[in-house]
Amino acid sequence: MAKIEFTLNGEVRQVDIDPTIRLLDYLREDLDLTGTKEGCGEGECGACSVLFDAEVANSCLVPMGNVAGHDIVTIEYFSRTERYRILEKAFLEQGAVQCGFCTPGMIIAAESLLRKKPKPSDAEIKIGLSGNLCRCTGYNMIIAAIRQAAKEGEGLW
Amino acid sequence: MVNHLLPETLEEALEALARKQHLLFAGGTDLMVQKRAWAGLPRNFEHPVLFTSRIAKLNFIEKRSDHLAVGATCSLEMMLEYPDTPDLFKTIIGEMASPGIRNHATLAGNIANASPAGDTLVGLYLYDATIVLKSLRGERLVPIADFITGVRKIDLAQDEMITEIRIPHQDFTHIDYVKVGPRKADAISKIAFAGAAKTNDLTVSDIRAAFGAVFKTVLRSPATEAMLKGMRIADIKADLASICEAYARLLQPIDDQRSNKEYRKAVAINLLARFIKSL
Repeated sequence: MAKIEFTLNGEVRQVDIDPTIRLLDYLREDLDLTGTKEGCGEGECGACSVLFDAEVANSCLVPMGNVAGHDIVTIEYFSRTERYRILEKAFLEQGAVQCGFCTPGMIIAAESLLRKKPKPSDAEIKIGLSGNLCRCTGYNMIIAAIRQAAKEGEGLW
Repeated sequence: MVNHLLPETLEEALEALARKQHLLFAGGTDLMVQKRAWAGLPRNFEHPVLFTSRIAKLNFIEKRSDHLAVGATCSLEMMLEYPDTPDLFKTIIGEMASPGIRNHATLAGNIANASPAGDTLVGLYLYDATIVLKSLRGERLVPIADFITGVRKIDLAQDEMITEIRIPHQDFTHIDYVKVGPRKADAISKIAFAGAAKTNDLTVSDIRAAFGAVFKTVLRSPATEAMLKGMRIADIKADLASICEAYARLLQPIDDQRSNKEYRKAVAINLLARFIKSL
């Protein structure tokens, strides 16, 4: 066990936990924050994406030991922001959500991308989403949604 | 109870390593998959884990007079964004994993993992990178080709850790890199090839080729490279068939879930030929 202090969704937390436990398990099992999904469990699908110091990370590959001292934001907390509302509207209008399993991860990846590149090209959007799999949409609608969000949310990122 | 460690200084880490065997853990993007367990359970590592992520001193990337120094906890994404990272490494890292993984994965981890398909390794072999190892006993500088001794085998003593990687500045006039994988992102190579050369007008003063995933380690042939150095470009091109044959004799690819021997060898040699023709 180890004492780990970090920030989760805006609150400082101290936990005494086995540091090899995955951040994903801590979020889902200990805190019931089930917006973060487990898809492949090996970093290939991005369903477990969270913001780690404001940048996308696969929470299935991050052990609690590496969370110490950092700032984690999950989809539950991000969904309270204005940027989320812009992304949500764009995803709805472009038909970028079908089964919805990949969507929290896609939104997190989109946020991480737009923070770095507020006006991304299509090629940059594809790179930004390259770690996130969607088996329903064929991606075109997700790319269109991010393009729309970048335009409608200009100045927010 | 297993005592995992999260040291904040290098000294603390080296003292712990001198006392007892630990598993050195940086980004963990490979280790977490290798030791996969059921959801909710700790990973089953065979030794106590020493997390390096809190050692601030190792989180750097710095251009020095004759090399680029990459600290052991510098993430691949940080390396990708650093202006003085050589283009070859930007290309390799850009095609590696995904942004979420690159934000945590490290160059040191890719080296210590010592997979024959390790993406950054072809670049490090091509550039003759040096690994800096530290222990309480002192410091060792080991060329990458000596540090990796086999499939998942490295020349690292129990009390040592990688603290930095040095990539010498090179002034190649030609650089080539091709990764053959099943998917653009998040793919493990079936074959990787990196070639570099320095030419002036008609002759080649330096030429190097590194192959990934077709031998137990990344493969270069110092003998063949030495033979080609100083030759006229036209003569090298005329000699293409025999150069390809020399390399074909050295490659020892395997059959696995990702590809097979015949395909690996044929594509690797085709990539070499393509590089030579481009000179």
